[in-house]
Amino acid sequence: MYRYDRHDHAIVQARVAQFRDQSARHQRGELSDDEFRPLRLQNGLYIQRHAPMLRVAIPYGMLSSTQMRRLAHITRTYDRGYGHFTTRQNLQINWPTLESAPDILAELAEVEMHAIQTSGNCIRNITTDHFAGMAADEIVDPRPWAEILRQWSTFHPEFAYLPRKFKIAVSGTTQDRAAILVHDIGLQLVIDDSGETGFTVFVGGGLGRTPLIGKKIREFLPWQHLLTYCEAILRVYNRFGRRDNLYKARIKILVKALGSEEFSRQVESEWAHLKDSPATLTEAEVTRVTAQFSAPAYAALPAEDAAHKARLAEDKAFARWVERNVHAHRVTGYAAVTLSLKTPGLPPGDATDKQMDAVASLADAYSYGEIRVSHEQNLVLADVRQSDLFALWQAARAIRLASPTIGLLTDMIVCPGGDFCSLANAKSLPIAAAIQARFNELDYLHDIGDLSLNISGCMNSCGHHHLAGIGILGVDKNGAEWYQITIGGRQGNAAQIGDVIGKSFAAQDVPDVIEKLIVTYIAERLEGEPFADTVQRVGMQPFRERAYGKVAHKAELALELENV
Amino acid sequence: MSDGKPLHLIRDGKLIVDEWLVADGVSPAPTGVPTLLPLAIWLEQRAELLAEKSANGKPLGVWLAPTDEPSVLADDLAALDLVAVHFPKFADGRGYSTASLLRQRYGYTGELRAFGDVGRDQLFYLARVGFDSFLISEGRDAAAALNAFNDFPEVYQSANDQSLPLFRRRAA
Repeated sequence: MYRYDRHDHAIVQARVAQFRDQSARHQRGELSDDEFRPLRLQNGLYIQRHAPMLRVAIPYGMLSSTQMRRLAHITRTYDRGYGHFTTRQNLQINWPTLESAPDILAELAEVEMHAIQTSGNCIRNITTDHFAGMAADEIVDPRPWAEILRQWSTFHPEFAYLPRKFKIAVSGTTQDRAAILVHDIGLQLVIDDSGETGFTVFVGGGLGRTPLIGKKIREFLPWQHLLTYCEAILRVYNRFGRRDNLYKARIKILVKALGSEEFSRQVESEWAHLKDSPATLTEAEVTRVTAQFSAPAYAALPAEDAAHKARLAEDKAFARWVERNVHAHRVTGYAAVTLSLKTPGLPPGDATDKQMDAVASLADAYSYGEIRVSHEQNLVLADVRQSDLFALWQAARAIRLASPTIGLLTDMIVCPGGDFCSLANAKSLPIAAAIQARFNELDYLHDIGDLSLNISGCMNSCGHHHLAGIGILGVDKNGAEWYQITIGGRQGNAAQIGDVIGKSFAAQDVPDVIEKLIVTYIAERLEGEPFADTVQRVGMQPFRERAYGKVAHKAELALELENV
Repeated sequence: MSDGKPLHLIRDGKLIVDEWLVADGVSPAPTGVPTLLPLAIWLEQRAELLAEKSANGKPLGVWLAPTDEPSVLADDLAALDLVAVHFPKFADGRGYSTASLLRQRYGYTGELRAFGDVGRDQLFYLARVGFDSFLISEGRDAAAALNAFNDFPEVYQSANDQSLPLFRRRAA
């Protein structure tokens, strides 16, 4: 993975010193809260419901075991011994003190990490596929490009005070696993007929209050022009994006207002001036960065390990885990393993300091000392020998990270919600826990099959509820917490925003409603048909009828009471 | 201090007296002192003001609001002694693009000033995109702000202050 050179070190160290000075000036009263806010936000520091929250950047979701151990140490020393992995592949800690933030940043800098631009109206962490480098369907490894973009976006002087936050994702595979269509810029790596590497560029996707799928504004951008083209997009957005209304300030609103053709025309016209400027990428730089993502020294292994095969046959629990949590690898004899952060009874995405330390050791023992964070809020060991899978499974079970449910209903994406976040309208963790408790039968879960269920505690949609087969959104009705349900959403190449099934539900009714949706799906689905396809084929009606059959009365009543 | 007034203008790394007044386009512009005119007034009185300058050398300055289009000034830049960009709120980042365009696209080489809600923590980026004078807003410590230009020893991107991105210099 990418290692800092002296320049990278110097820049991150300078940031720590700068933020230490800013914090001190704030504490001395020389910087008002209003002045300090954007400065702390650009270092990932929020003031939350109970305490500050610090969001640590995990560029494109990659961590070394050393970095993971440092994160464990930080949660233990400055927080309450756990952290929350997010859909943008970052880590949030929920209980640091404001005063300790500079020390935490210094601890991060020592292991080539930071919290730069993890919040604020600037270019955020660049995200990508958690199977980058090992996926069988990979066209080009996206990580060098994500790192090049990380450096370009870090302290970009022109784009630190954008109308709103700005998220870029890169996919290098035929199957998009980086949700590029719901990012401000989505970049799809492609190789054209002449063998040249480039990008298909999508702009203006996003979730939140106005969920929109990104529009393609360029079919093929040769790799040399990646940065100048992004610069042109950002300049058009910085100048013309709305600043009068927080809810209409994302680039998607500008793209929608102008139309993607006109937006694209403006970008191309801006780019005509920037094209071939010194920011044009060089072969030497791409080679330098790419070299740092070279494949590990894989051994020549048999396609099938006899002992592994025997274990699969005799141990049903192991076989089930392999079925859901082990993924095909492009190199014979290797596999990728997802360590589930969706253990029933624990908040989705959370890991304790002990678990983080243990994962670091597992990475050292079984996966070349590297860990990835997936945007589905799990951890991935990407390069495990088939012959090591059984030992890894046993070790993962011992630290409660072996829930064999990847891709199933209980592998939910869930934001921290009203228990922590001051933006939330409603809690999400108790809803997740209630659903986990209701669907605790592994056989039933496996029979239902692949099905995504995502929960967001408010319209900001950090839990990506729009993109799930079943999405749950916390809403506030006269101070009470209610839950609106969408169905038929999906992520990936055919990303689609789910539709709202109807009036929202009280918290205690949510597990019943989910169960009714599942029952409807099982009754209606064709053999092997995914949930969103069934919804598309049969329409909302059967789901709606079943969901509201029994609770409709209650919901109606509540609405009537509200209107009194 | 000068005439009992605090020094709030940074230019060439020093605190100096600000000689310019800012006309808001509503009240009549003062005479006899160098005055920064709003873009609309400049465009309206351009011919007379240019004639006046060639007659008596009166310095000319124009200020741009975040929504003003810098290309409109492109042909006038050589005649202007000062171009200023207004930051109504420091979080309004449009002025950074305005400056980049003035410097890099329209070739402005004269004094480019940031004014409005401008403080220490914006200076590093402002200087990078091409501002070379900074009117620190009242109530802020302009002397302490002088340190901001050294916040970072190295930068990744090319910008007005650095024609080559780090990756081209790394390779060298």
